[in-house]
Amino acid sequence: MAAEGRVVGIDLGTTNSLVAFMEGDKPVVIPGVDGSNLVPSVVALDPMAKDARPTVTVGNSARRTLVETPERVIYSVKRLMGRGLEEVQSELKFFPFRLADDVEAGEVPRIQLGEMRFTPPEISAYILRQLKRNAERFFGSPVTQAVITVPAYFNDAQRQATKDAGRMAGLEVLRLVNEPTAAALAYGLDRNKEGLIAVYDLGGGTFDISILKLRDGIFEVQSTNGDTHLGGDDIDNLLLAIALDEIHSEHGIDLRQHPGAVQALRKSAIDAKISLSAEQSAHFDIELPNGDRYQREIPREVFEQLIEPVLNRTAGPCKQALTDAGITPEQIDEVVLVGGSTRIPAVRKLVDDLFHLAARGKKPHIELNPDEVVALGAAVQADILAGASATTEEMLLLDVTPLSLGIEALGGTVAKIIQRNSTIPASATEHFTTGVDGQTNVAIHVVQGERELAADCRSLARFDLKGIPPMTAGLPRIEVKFLIDADGILQVSAREQRSGQQSQIEVKPTYGLTDEQVESMILDSFDNAEADFAKRLLIEARTEADSILSKVHQARTNPAWGQLRGEEISAIDAARNHLAGVKSGDDLNAIREATIALDKSTHRLAELMMDAAVTSAIRGKTMGEAGEQLNEEVTAPHPMAPAEFK
Amino acid sequence: MLKVIDSAIPVDCWSCAVAHNESTLFCPHCSKIQPPPGGDYFSVFSLVPKLDLDLGMLEHQFHKLSRKLHPDRFARASASEKDWSLADTALLNDAYRTLRDPIRRTEYLLKLHGAEIGEEHAGKDRGGAPEDRSSSLGSRKDPSRVPADLLEEAFDLNMQLEEMRMSKKMGDSDPELQSSLEQANKKFNDMLNEVDRDLREQWQVWDNGEEAARLEAQKKMVSLLDRRRYINNLVRDVTDTLSN
Repeated sequence: MAAEGRVVGIDLGTTNSLVAFMEGDKPVVIPGVDGSNLVPSVVALDPMAKDARPTVTVGNSARRTLVETPERVIYSVKRLMGRGLEEVQSELKFFPFRLADDVEAGEVPRIQLGEMRFTPPEISAYILRQLKRNAERFFGSPVTQAVITVPAYFNDAQRQATKDAGRMAGLEVLRLVNEPTAAALAYGLDRNKEGLIAVYDLGGGTFDISILKLRDGIFEVQSTNGDTHLGGDDIDNLLLAIALDEIHSEHGIDLRQHPGAVQALRKSAIDAKISLSAEQSAHFDIELPNGDRYQREIPREVFEQLIEPVLNRTAGPCKQALTDAGITPEQIDEVVLVGGSTRIPAVRKLVDDLFHLAARGKKPHIELNPDEVVALGAAVQADILAGASATTEEMLLLDVTPLSLGIEALGGTVAKIIQRNSTIPASATEHFTTGVDGQTNVAIHVVQGERELAADCRSLARFDLKGIPPMTAGLPRIEVKFLIDADGILQVSAREQRSGQQSQIEVKPTYGLTDEQVESMILDSFDNAEADFAKRLLIEARTEADSILSKVHQARTNPAWGQLRGEEISAIDAARNHLAGVKSGDDLNAIREATIALDKSTHRLAELMMDAAVTSAIRGKTMGEAGEQLNEEVTAPHPMAPAEFK
Repeated sequence: MLKVIDSAIPVDCWSCAVAHNESTLFCPHCSKIQPPPGGDYFSVFSLVPKLDLDLGMLEHQFHKLSRKLHPDRFARASASEKDWSLADTALLNDAYRTLRDPIRRTEYLLKLHGAEIGEEHAGKDRGGAPEDRSSSLGSRKDPSRVPADLLEEAFDLNMQLEEMRMSKKMGDSDPELQSSLEQANKKFNDMLNEVDRDLREQWQVWDNGEEAARLEAQKKMVSLLDRRRYINNLVRDVTDTLSN
């Protein structure tokens, strides 16, 4: 394949994001400069650059600044994508972020980050640009086309926002693929399977279930269901709430008043949750601001009772998906588990019960890393679209729309025009007429959802059919065609049939950015100039080298430096001197290798610094500052989950 | 976000300029993809309109055409080819969705032949529906078409359902009512099966009969579909009430 023809697959996740591509006949994840496959979906304004236009950092480096300058960091932005002001306001109860003050109803909300403001697609664009750069670094050539995954249960506005983010990042989004379907592609690659597959995807913030039929290389989705607000975050919140309550009643300290401490406590809750997947028991041991210790043993049994209500919420969507597909649990041949939360033994037991697996001598598929499988599947779909590989030549994905599409009718009821679980692309043609003599406009309100009243469904768009020739009421015959494309996004066209005129439609999406707005938000347009590419790579490599050199220099005054062993210090010094030597040269690879070497030599130092920062937050040292900036509630999801599991 | 799409229909192939039959997905001359053809759903699959279809064959055809038409195959094609692939695949999917389901297929074919049918499956096959949505939507559940022999039973059932809902609301359990409703459910399900058997019989008449026999079968099917829709709603109400 020609280098410029490469299409990458991207998993733009709530907690972590990944980029992958097909290497020969196998999808592989492309690591970042720090060698990690997972890029935390965290974006920060570099506090170092307060005078000039601030630099944006993404991933692990952004995450490290979270405890010290939380007002300059944003995470879990996926939860805000494609949402209106009201929805974001209710969502923000669970986040420590602030909305910009001047956002008006009907506008896409902007988040205040330090002294700057960003829409959710812009934040996502920074994450995408980082992944794009990681891929370009890896290939040594520009990457301009991508497949991006979205939760199967994402609605039209959330999908469009994701596509907008891609465009802002300088990526042509060739296709949006549903996450569970992508996982099925990754699993279906190396086997010539036929049969019915259920993909159970419990991630950090969303739950999806999809049922697919595999035949002759065709992956045909039969039904999908889910919950866009159900995931590992909910489990963390339960553990956190218990710890906060007990600390309050046993030690008389209300940690809820101390946002930094809550964040640190959440990290402990996440650690406890993760260790409970392997151990029979986990414990909290935390030093409190007054010097007391909060110690708590959590047996797995207690944990499982605690989370049962959360896990049970996945059962309803699974049953509905089976009903919609017209099959019984016994007819499912294989179950694939996706998402970090499926590592929890109680989740596996629930899945086993739902699909009667053990009783039939079957086990769910967990062979592929549940954190990576979606990105791997996206790479497979990217290869299908590139159309140049024998491996995927015979493969084709036929997905469905997760929600019914309808039109608001008289009395506020919904007339469904495309049923949920219809294979996409799907279309519906509707006819409209006028109610008053000489009427030249007809207003149409399009909604998405299963409820009977339009007010209970999700409003997609309102539009006017204009330029209808004046006629007697009821005489014009306007044909409107609604089409859901292969990305799950709606397109509309209309024509007046009696006069043969093409009616003008002005479509006003209920949520979302206009084309012009997206255009104005495109990051660094020079990014795509190929001529400067080699130069840019060199400049970026040098900037990265400078950045790590200056961080190492500053770290010398950090108390953590004193905790290093002698040989660790000399290893850091050696790597530092080497990098300082090669960085002004033109050898791109030498600079990169030296940068990676220095980064590796400072891993323990970074950990020590992180621990110190977390501890100081618990002790309240940075609370005064953090407390003013944040108005965090207990249930804020937190990106401090480890980027990789051991 | 929404965007306006356009679909004009050329008669000559856009690529090789050779004129072709309008109802074709690919140019017979140069094999290039064409804008959506004007024919019915059966012609998408090159089928003669009939009711008793070989579903295995239909699925096979669906997969075969999907492989050729799907937008995934045109990710890097010209803008018009992309648009046509999208429109053609939407047509293919709509056609498959309608034809593979025995009831939707029957309704669709009968409508093609001018029959007026109720609105069990809201969908794009609403060709005969009134255009003014304000009136058409208000009268979508047409209560006047209760099959005469079911009037009394349906009345009794609705009374029982109401009673059941009330007692569930109060948190009471009424085993006698429960079992009576379960029996009713079974009975109506049996009726559904009976209607389906009768429908299939009429399929054969329609598929193989002469014009007069066809017309007769058509009338019978319209009333069978009405009856089916009515019973189906009753079964749904009972199932909902029992499971809530």
